[in-house]
Amino acid sequence: MTTIAHLIKTFTLWEFVKAHWLTLQYFFKPKATINYPFEKNPLSPRFRGEHALRRYPNGEERCIACKLCEAVCPALAITIESEPREDGSRRTTRYDIDMTKCIYCGFCQEACPVDAIVEGPNLEFATETREELFYDKAKLLDNGAKWERAIAANLAADAPYR
Amino acid sequence: MTSFFQTLGMSYETAWFTATIAGILLIALPLMLAVALIIYAERKLWAAFALRRGPNVVGPFGVLQSFADGLKVFLQETIIPSASNRGLFLIAPIITFTVALMAWAVIPFADGVVLSNINVGLLYILAISSLGVYGVVIAGWASNSKYPFYSAMRAAAQMISYEVSIGFILICIVLWAGTFNVGGIVEGQRGHIFGFINAYAFNPLLFPIAIMFLISSMAETARAPFDLTEAESELVAGYQTEYSSMAFALFWLGEYANVLLMCALNAILFWGGYLPPVDWAPLYAVPGIIWFFVKILLMFFVFAWVKATVPRYRYDQLMRLGWKVFLPISLFWVFLVSGYLMFTGHFA
Repeated sequence: MTTIAHLIKTFTLWEFVKAHWLTLQYFFKPKATINYPFEKNPLSPRFRGEHALRRYPNGEERCIACKLCEAVCPALAITIESEPREDGSRRTTRYDIDMTKCIYCGFCQEACPVDAIVEGPNLEFATETREELFYDKAKLLDNGAKWERAIAANLAADAPYR
Repeated sequence: MTSFFQTLGMSYETAWFTATIAGILLIALPLMLAVALIIYAERKLWAAFALRRGPNVVGPFGVLQSFADGLKVFLQETIIPSASNRGLFLIAPIITFTVALMAWAVIPFADGVVLSNINVGLLYILAISSLGVYGVVIAGWASNSKYPFYSAMRAAAQMISYEVSIGFILICIVLWAGTFNVGGIVEGQRGHIFGFINAYAFNPLLFPIAIMFLISSMAETARAPFDLTEAESELVAGYQTEYSSMAFALFWLGEYANVLLMCALNAILFWGGYLPPVDWAPLYAVPGIIWFFVKILLMFFVFAWVKATVPRYRYDQLMRLGWKVFLPISLFWVFLVSGYLMFTGHFA
């Protein structure tokens, strides 16, 4: 009896008919993908995207050149040089991140005692050349100016869990 | 069309020549446009089956995607591997492409609208589609690279095995229609069932071979589930691995022109070609070419549907299906159909 059932199933291509019925049902379902450049997924406040160097509200740089981020960076992507400013405070003269080395682990922002280096919510910073991804201090501070509002909001949102 | 050119004051020979050239252009150019659009359609269909959106950026709803891809490919450099056989390497895509276009010469688009109405049209199609394998085999051999070579071996074996059963399936149709002429076969389906349904596929004796022909034509055009010749997970890109730029595009165009041809053959042989589905006068108000295109597109939907559903066959399964299932069944069916036709005095 089972062999007869098997034969009938084989010759009517039953499994194929069933499979095609299933895929046809999926054909008419709404799409699961979002229309990316026009629609975007929500991001967590903890999202680790493009780096930024922040400033205090009075315009002073937060970074005190403690070099903890440079030390903790597992990819050795950060390079810092520093010397005292005229007013005697220690500041960086050079703060480079090689974004082609960076693995976006977030250790730098974990290590930073003054919340100066942070990974912002920006994930769309693709460039046409490799050199454009070697970020220097000016670029990072510029990112900070550009994304400060979003970064501050994210830090505030995540603060209760830290 | 010849007589139209004669009215312009040409001699018969010149008029015939001009008419043929015009006919070729009238078929080949829209066909290439259709191929570009059908590639887009296929990508959209697969995307829908996979709950994706598919191309939707270039042009309205992404319709121009294929043209953008074509332009990109056209601007690229043609890389010819130094170890390849240069002449054969370049001629292989041309063979595939030309052969894919050649078979359209005998396809009737509407009543009497056919480039060359030869009496052995079906034999011609069979012969031309057999030639198609040469493009693949030559490409695989001339590339002088192991994956293309494997692919070429597979393609040769696969296409030959399925051509045998396709041959027997066509014989059933030819027996029933009593002609090898493609237009004649379409006309033979007029009012075939109960005097008003225009399709062989609804004939209980012919329906199984309609399904078999559908499956065989997928194997013949090396499409999923039978796309062993370009199985990405095993053979990189099969015989196309070493190709780039226009040569690659020619393979691509040829492949899809072949797919369209097989859809057209399915529509012609089993679903009434340019005839409306039902032999009812108001339906003839729609031109035959529209019915034909609708049927081709429906067959193409089935092709894409199958590709989106069924995983790839293993090579031995493919050979088993071809030689141990389709060949005996189609042979038996030739026997059955001819026996039935003898018994009912069809040949009287």
